[in-house]
Amino acid sequence: MKVRIHVSLKPGVLDPQGRAVHHALEGLGFEGVDDVRIGRLVEMDVADGTSDDRIDEMCRKLLANMVIENYRIEKVSENA
Amino acid sequence: MAFRSAVITFPGSNCDRDMAVALEQVSGAAPLRVWHGDADLPQELDFIALPGGFSYGDYLRSGSMASRSPIMRSVVQAAERGVPVLGVCNGFQVLTESGLLPGALMRNAGINFVCRDTELSVENAQSLFTSGYETGQRITIPVAHHDGNFFADDATLDRIEGDGRVAFRYTDPVNGSARDIAGVLNAAGNVLGMMPHPERAIEDAHGGRDGRTMFESAIRGLVTA
Repeated sequence: MKVRIHVSLKPGVLDPQGRAVHHALEGLGFEGVDDVRIGRLVEMDVADGTSDDRIDEMCRKLLANMVIENYRIEKVSENA
Repeated sequence: MAFRSAVITFPGSNCDRDMAVALEQVSGAAPLRVWHGDADLPQELDFIALPGGFSYGDYLRSGSMASRSPIMRSVVQAAERGVPVLGVCNGFQVLTESGLLPGALMRNAGINFVCRDTELSVENAQSLFTSGYETGQRITIPVAHHDGNFFADDATLDRIEGDGRVAFRYTDPVNGSARDIAGVLNAAGNVLGMMPHPERAIEDAHGGRDGRTMFESAIRGLVTA
């Protein structure tokens, strides 16, 4: 079973990387970009039947730092 | 009795030798060198140091992989028993990731790696690590980091400030740290994490000895305790 974990900074946490990328986009002439925030994508292949609780635990114990980050779990269908 | 300290080395630690030299110079006893894969620490330890560097290449988040390594379970248990633990730079990141200290250390606000002397204000000179300083004393200690931007929510910041757990503060902004916090103590006062490198300011050849006072404070406090 393929699972994608989308890790993003919590709202209100300053993102220096996102700000630098935002400036770079503006420098390239891309207008109308209001905000850029950088996150992380973790793709995992886990045993079929791995419970949601178990995946949630992986996120809380390692994949995301709950002080500064949120995460979203996406299960990817096999034929996708 | 000889001072019994341990310096933990993770893959990618690079200030472990400097830390060991500082501890040996000030205490007169060479610290035990402990590898991250070791599961156990000796029961009888006076002091544990987590050095700077780039453990596990800063993969995932700085300090995150090291904080889950086998030896850290023993370090957390020792800290909970009251053994003093000092984490410098990457060691500070490992301490926040392990939950021994609050907050998180994020990418520097200015994006750049910062490597220079910084002036610090000693905010709490009552702790084990800082008793040799005066409260409000200005000291100079170098920093060298990319991820030193201390973040915690306002409630946490108010709490640690109110409890006197801010040990050191930058006198000018260095990396975007909330309230210019450079070093934080745990609630019991036996764990200190700081981004500046006291082990790089222990002899005149380093350009200053302000970091030596921190080691002297801790060692004197423990030997006379």
